[in-house]
Amino acid sequence: MPNKDAINAQWHRYSPTQRMQRYGLFLLTGLIIGWATTSIEVVWEWVWTAPNQIADLFARMAPPDPRNLDSILSVLWETVNIATIATFLAVLLALPVAYISAQNTTPNRATLWLGRFILVSSRSINTIIWALLFVAIFGPGVVAGIVAITFRSIGFIGKLLGEAIEEIDRRPVEAMEATGAGRSKVVLYAIIPQVVPTFWAVAILRWDINLRESTVLGLVGAGGIGMVLQGAIDTFNWPEAATVLLAILSLVIIGEAISAFLRQRII
Amino acid sequence: MLEISGLTKRYGDGEPVLSNLDLNVKGQNIVSIIGSSGAGKSTLLRCINRLVEPSSGSIKLNSLEITSLSGKALREARRKTGMVFQGFNLVDRLTVMENVQAGRLGYISTWQALSRRYPQADIQRAYELMERVGIAHYANQRADQLSGGERQRVGVVRALMQEPDILLCDEPTASLDPRTSEQIMVLLRTLAEELALPVIINIHNVAEAKEYTDRIVGMRFGKIIFDDVPTSLDDKAMNDIYSGTPASDRLSTETTQGAVHHA
Amino acid sequence: MPSEMRHWKKPPTIENPIVRWGIYSAIVIYLAVTIPTLPINWPRVMEGIGRASQIFNGAFPPSFERSELLIDGFVESLRIAVLATVFGVGLSVPLAFLAARNLSPMPVYILGRGIIILARSFHPVIVAILFVKAVGFGPLAGVLTLIVYSIGFVAKMLAERIEEIDFGQVEAMRATGASRILIIFYAVFPQIIPRQVGLSIYQLDSNLRASAVVGIVGAGGIGSTLANAFGRYDYDFALAITMVIVGVILISEGISGQIRKRYA
Repeated sequence: MPNKDAINAQWHRYSPTQRMQRYGLFLLTGLIIGWATTSIEVVWEWVWTAPNQIADLFARMAPPDPRNLDSILSVLWETVNIATIATFLAVLLALPVAYISAQNTTPNRATLWLGRFILVSSRSINTIIWALLFVAIFGPGVVAGIVAITFRSIGFIGKLLGEAIEEIDRRPVEAMEATGAGRSKVVLYAIIPQVVPTFWAVAILRWDINLRESTVLGLVGAGGIGMVLQGAIDTFNWPEAATVLLAILSLVIIGEAISAFLRQRII
Repeated sequence: MLEISGLTKRYGDGEPVLSNLDLNVKGQNIVSIIGSSGAGKSTLLRCINRLVEPSSGSIKLNSLEITSLSGKALREARRKTGMVFQGFNLVDRLTVMENVQAGRLGYISTWQALSRRYPQADIQRAYELMERVGIAHYANQRADQLSGGERQRVGVVRALMQEPDILLCDEPTASLDPRTSEQIMVLLRTLAEELALPVIINIHNVAEAKEYTDRIVGMRFGKIIFDDVPTSLDDKAMNDIYSGTPASDRLSTETTQGAVHHA
Repeated sequence: MPSEMRHWKKPPTIENPIVRWGIYSAIVIYLAVTIPTLPINWPRVMEGIGRASQIFNGAFPPSFERSELLIDGFVESLRIAVLATVFGVGLSVPLAFLAARNLSPMPVYILGRGIIILARSFHPVIVAILFVKAVGFGPLAGVLTLIVYSIGFVAKMLAERIEEIDFGQVEAMRATGASRILIIFYAVFPQIIPRQVGLSIYQLDSNLRASAVVGIVGAGGIGSTLANAFGRYDYDFALAITMVIVGVILISEGISGQIRKRYA
């Protein structure tokens, strides 16, 4: 908005203090970037050759080698199973966690903090880190992968479901209590029906994410297509690696299409 | 018979919402409670079924002291106290039948509640009551597909499914348009007579209170300051109950509140 | 009251009985076929219970003795995250313009979308092992990986924001005879900058998380430190690293949430 003084003055987009703040912010950002660039332990010659190296890598991948397609597809199916079974388990385990970590349903303070602790540790530790741990425990293979994805998913599903429980309409709960229903019946009739849509949406979303995550489990030995990819890369069999990458790409795209379809049908 | 004596409710250290309040309801009376917003009507009603915890005083329903109950005994007392709400308080995503059967939750087992295998007698009774109020054909519809008046009918049937000894209605018509609101009042009145059921209704609309109830209780600042037959509610009494509330508000609180609530 | 008996059953969620039973049996068959055929080495898994207690005994108490290594790893992760965000966001802006249906001609749009889909579809860890092979172990591979990762998210969201802009402003600028570049600067940028700032901060937070992970396959940062600790059975050090990762993620999530709430 123009005021009277401004008519004679030069036009400025920002007031002087605003400008100083902006310069300060720019300077700070610049300093951080400068620090990150100059102190990182990078061999700079490698940076300049990187584009060539990458182009070279892709050149060696072409054309993709489909000879092992059968076994690649069967491992891909294993990957889908890891993601699906883990999602299934995570959904079941996340239900009680969501219940105790929602403020309006948790039995007491202690359970609330227990629930939040489970959510935070599950969510902040990446699937790959969980996988490292479970490979050490269960040995390499699909069990470690399933358990790792389950552990990571509990926090994700539990958090979103817990928030849905906290946002429910209180009024049906009051009505059920007024009929003399006990705790479990109030949950069955007033709370569960209200969070069912969120439940399905979150489960489908997480399944989609888990499909992607399960493609990398094999790189730390936890089963699935990642193991084949690692094998191909370690033996410099780039054409086969290309086939694996294409298989992963199609898996992710098909998974996204399926989850979009399910979301539309169910919700 | 409901006997309330010395009932006080305060939240934290604040002013009491109900202070030392006495009220008796005998036989199958329809009693309306009027008063401006914040007079404590809602709190009073919710103390009777302990949705709100009274601070002190005594509430006896058919000689049973309600205030000292807990756990199973409290739930058994609640199932004999039906309640109808301003916002209907239905579970939107469940069918009308499930909402109606929710009134039996205090009677049936958790397994029956979970599996929706309700006792045949309950289903029979539900159909009879739903037919009585004209919603039987909606049994398998989801509750959120019904209109406001129909939803409140579901609310009423749910409360009656409890086979209550008393029916508490908290602004049952405040979310409805004037015509529907009258229909619900007529329904409550005739059902109360048919079932010989005492009814307490919190209500904003004084005209409705006068027309459909036998006794009017006026509340102000958590106290009862008027308690008589509707014909005795004169301008002076009205002024005592609502003084400080602008005249325009007295007439329009009803509809505007409903509209806002519904929006 | 002798009225007719009326029964009631909850109407099924899926009305068509063929579809309903089809879905139920598909689920049962899937589980029945899949679970037994999973390649699981049960004796080894059973051993795991003993191993778990061994690992947990080894992990407690967490060891911060080599905290120098820990701090170095973290600082490197932070550098990787900062650089990847700067370049990733920098590349995302032009790419988002290419991938915005309302500003780009069809072939350009398809190219732009294609790059974004490609960048999104691969998990950063897969991208990381490719870069590790191409440019060698170390933070450079990490930075390149997270640039791809940033593009996948930031360019996608930004393109969607550009598609939602108020086109009236663009037309007003066109009417003044401004060039394409000027239009972008004066009619499009002001509309997308708040979203851009929010996205950048969000992405910095995401990159910090992801940088802990890509390190596990050799792309530098704290992840490499963690993978080494696991490889050497230093479970107490691994636990210390994990605890610090969780702590840093929580702090960074808090800060980024605060900044976005206030400025975006």
